[in-house]
Amino acid sequence: MAIKGVSLSVAQGELVSLIGANGAGKSTLLQAICGLLSRWKGEVLFQNVPIKGIDPPGIVRKGISMVPEGRLIFPPLSVMDNLKLGAYTMYRRKQHHQIAQDLEMVMTLFPVLKERIHQPAGTLSGGEQQMLAIGRSLMARPQLLLLDEPSMGLAPLLVDKILKTLVDLRENGLTILLVEQNATAALKIADRGYVLETGRMVLQGTAADLLADEEVKRAYLGKDYEQFYEGLNS
Amino acid sequence: MLKFLNRDRLSYAVFFIAIAIIGLSVENYYYVQLLTFIGINTILALGLNMLMGYAGQISLGHAAFYGLGAYTTAVLTVHYGFSPWLALPCAILLSMLVAFLVGLPTLKLSGYYLGMGTLGFGMIVHIVFREWSSMTGGSSGFIGIPPLEIGPVSFSQIRNFFYLVWLTVLISFIVSKRLIHSRIGRALRAIHDSENAARAMGINTRNMKLEIFVFSAGLSALAGFFYAHLVSFISPGTFSFIVSIKIVTMVVIGGMASVWGSLLGASLLTMLPEWLHAFSEFEMVVYGLILMLVMVLLPQGLTRGLLDIYERTRSKKDQP
Repeated sequence: MAIKGVSLSVAQGELVSLIGANGAGKSTLLQAICGLLSRWKGEVLFQNVPIKGIDPPGIVRKGISMVPEGRLIFPPLSVMDNLKLGAYTMYRRKQHHQIAQDLEMVMTLFPVLKERIHQPAGTLSGGEQQMLAIGRSLMARPQLLLLDEPSMGLAPLLVDKILKTLVDLRENGLTILLVEQNATAALKIADRGYVLETGRMVLQGTAADLLADEEVKRAYLGKDYEQFYEGLNS
Repeated sequence: MLKFLNRDRLSYAVFFIAIAIIGLSVENYYYVQLLTFIGINTILALGLNMLMGYAGQISLGHAAFYGLGAYTTAVLTVHYGFSPWLALPCAILLSMLVAFLVGLPTLKLSGYYLGMGTLGFGMIVHIVFREWSSMTGGSSGFIGIPPLEIGPVSFSQIRNFFYLVWLTVLISFIVSKRLIHSRIGRALRAIHDSENAARAMGINTRNMKLEIFVFSAGLSALAGFFYAHLVSFISPGTFSFIVSIKIVTMVVIGGMASVWGSLLGASLLTMLPEWLHAFSEFEMVVYGLILMLVMVLLPQGLTRGLLDIYERTRSKKDQP
């Protein structure tokens, strides 16, 4: 197992960032929450109810949606079909009128998706695909949104845009757990943060504290290297 | 009005008119029979296409369900005196039940392993048809399956049988298309693309694969039912491994994930041997060559390939 003795909490309406280097176990943690891992020891509580052992469809129905690493959109399917797939559990419960509203909401959030609604999702650019992945997971009307490295492979401007969307969503009452390698960006928008290192939680605190923490700066924010190369002393 | 006349509805209407015209104009008994066989094969190919083309699950044992449909109706009508119309739901349900039981363990497999699993299943069923002589007539076959009739309409008239089969094809098309454009169809295509991502969407991939496998087996049994009552004689050879492969070829040649591709693939594979009689002993060589050429030149199957060619020539015209 990649992680051991890790504990973390996200309060309602909070935006929490989980940062750490490659292989620290961030994605494993998210997969465990979503029920995508079958055998592991531990506990997950959602709204004070244990959800460990529930299969992924059950987790989605409970109100937890994940934007997986590498986006995992369905490239041959149209943007519309991708979005509708996000609402799969809503269709099962025959909530068709709500789906239409949600589609509108996602397209207002990401107008570019409206322009490309009938295109195969594989023809979108990386940033658009990420927007689609986020839009798709919103279609399930989650209470908790998990994002696995949404900034991966995107240009800085797009990263800003995506992260700003997350802030907006949080302001509308969505609870968000954000997993990122891009520590600065992730901590800047977060309320609190956790630092995961080779399967252990090494640091936790408010995002502002973590941003100021020397250890985090050294290991994840790359500050002292910058200072070293530029010959500055702080 | 325009909404009512969407592309699908229009194509069904054209299809319906085509069936009527062909049914009225083709006189030769042999051709009408050949066209009826194409219809039966289309139902078979459509069933497998739903499983293979849309859900991305390969089955190399579909002839078994085809055979189960045919043998169930044969045994029930001849040995037990059932009316064929009562035997039909029995044949379909039995096939679906077997598909469910076989699917439970095998659909946990994927790729080549699923292919091997279904292949083994097909061979076992074929052996049962051959060896259970008291029920199935063994390798010498099963004779005397009664023709179909509804009141005064007898389907021993090949033209009536032609209409019956092709109307069933049309209905299967409509049902399949509706399924494809629904939540279920989207889920199937999602599974085809990435099972993990589909699971993350809240799709119960295991049940979904099982359901489409069972649906597909039901369509195959329907085709088997028609075959048995059309030919009135069945033997294990009609439901052997080679036939399973032939159904896969129809789907691949016609076009995966395309309802009309099933029609095209079934037509081509049923007609080719007839056209190729002129080559006498080289028949199989030419047959194989044609299939190879189609696959090399139009790897996505006839439907997609021809559409691509059409679009390319059109865009060339638009930009001189």
